[in-house]
Amino acid sequence: MMEITEGSHAVAHAVKLCRPQVIAAYPITPQTHIVEALAGMAADGEIDCEYITVESEFSALSACLGASAAGSRVYSATTSQGLALMFEVCFNVAGLRLPVVMTIANRALGAPLSIWNDQQDSISLRDSGWLQFYAEDNQEAADLHYLAYRVAEDHRVLLPAFVCFDGFVLSHTYEPVNVASQEEIDRFLPPFQPPQRLDSKDPISMGMYATPEYYMEFRYETDAAMHRANAVIQEAGMAFDEIFGRNYCGLTESYRLDDAETVFIAMGSICGTVKDAIDQMRDEGEKVGLLRIRCFRPFPLEEVRAALRNAAVVAVLDRNISLGSRGAVVLEVRDALYGSGVKVLGYIIGLGGRDVTKADIRKVAQLAKSGEGDLFYGLRREVL
Amino acid sequence: MRELRIHGRGGQGSVTAAELIAVAAFEGGVYAQAFPAFGVERRGAPVQAFVRFSDKKIRLRSQVYEPDYVIVQDSTLIGDVNVFSGMKPGAVAIVNTERPLTRQVPSEITLITLDATGIALEVLGLPITNTTLMGAFAAATGEITTSALEDAIRARFSGDLATKNIEAARRAESLVKGVA
Repeated sequence: MMEITEGSHAVAHAVKLCRPQVIAAYPITPQTHIVEALAGMAADGEIDCEYITVESEFSALSACLGASAAGSRVYSATTSQGLALMFEVCFNVAGLRLPVVMTIANRALGAPLSIWNDQQDSISLRDSGWLQFYAEDNQEAADLHYLAYRVAEDHRVLLPAFVCFDGFVLSHTYEPVNVASQEEIDRFLPPFQPPQRLDSKDPISMGMYATPEYYMEFRYETDAAMHRANAVIQEAGMAFDEIFGRNYCGLTESYRLDDAETVFIAMGSICGTVKDAIDQMRDEGEKVGLLRIRCFRPFPLEEVRAALRNAAVVAVLDRNISLGSRGAVVLEVRDALYGSGVKVLGYIIGLGGRDVTKADIRKVAQLAKSGEGDLFYGLRREVL
Repeated sequence: MRELRIHGRGGQGSVTAAELIAVAAFEGGVYAQAFPAFGVERRGAPVQAFVRFSDKKIRLRSQVYEPDYVIVQDSTLIGDVNVFSGMKPGAVAIVNTERPLTRQVPSEITLITLDATGIALEVLGLPITNTTLMGAFAAATGEITTSALEDAIRARFSGDLATKNIEAARRAESLVKGVA
């Protein structure tokens, strides 16, 4: 059923349908509306879960770690500085192979303080071992939670997952969303069956000391699980499509790509604006297209390579930067296309809530065509 | 696609107005998108909120720079903020003001002024003008129907508060219809 609702509430409703057994979260702008709604549902008995009120994000994810190790389906949500405070726990959750699902309402990191949107927060946890999904709109933001739990809890994967959606731009946007029913989600998402769990009647140890004789093998196993997730995501995407008729079969989405010479690559809500700009440019005879990265971890190396085979130039829009290097996405794309001869140019764009318009996208296309790239787009030189 | 930009100050309910207009438009059978652009998060600071209306799914995520409609909740913003910026010829601006606007208004737009603060104070007992201006918007543009607007208000506010806000919207609506 189509309803018009705020992005945060669409996400909260999706989380409810996933039947989490433990939620621990700490409010932070622009994520607050999600956990506020879930706390309300828990208090009203609409959702059968333990809602743990904590004093910080560090505690929130620590509580989730413990609850997941005890065999529960758990949920949290955060953003920006809150995610930064979870840094240590993030690596532990992944290393312990606990399928925690957490929403990230993407926001810039301080200093200077910014409450506005970019993707620096989740990108900075790139190497932590969490799956990373990025939503273009609020329909996808809701749907990716169902998908994330199913993939994370699959015994071939057993890794935690971020569902990322742009703070304010999606979290605070009202738009129509097709709301799933509990019965549909129960068909798609079976209950969590932990392969092992903490149980005082049958004690085990988890996350013990790993000496140099063992540590590398743990890292290898975790990396292998991340790579196996690629096929599991596609499988789950197909199962989702069968029930809901919405296609998440790939880790990427191609838009008007077939004969495209200039190809944009981007993640998240900016892709909607890119699509509208592409339609305009196509009407004017420009051969442009978009490859949207829906899943950044695992990175869909083969999909990207295959999709960009015939491109003349690739313009990668990064709403993050690895200071002293480049945007995180352009580095991946260059790696994927190494040796192919396809030109890859990076554009740092829309940091800290700087608005990105169709006109901006058209200008980037012009820059890419003329070979100008690897730059910050739209800098206000007068304030430098 | 048609676009609305709402100018107000933090605490005047601009974001709520955008949301309720989008809800009413969606109920009327079109795709709608509403979103805020916060400045600093405090009362009194200039705030913008946006609504898009379309027969097709809306993908565009940028802010609104060339609006078909503008609502100004507080005329003291005019001058500090270029509230009429980018308005297309024939676009409609609805401005809450007690007296005629002395500042320059683009000649090619349709300007509707009303004392929404006066109506809100009388009906609600509070100078919160968002629902009053929503009534004016319904009458001036036809983007939302009165009944959809009233449903949206009822879904957001309860009891007496809903009734009063609907009354405020109705007053503005009949006032603007009388003008138009």
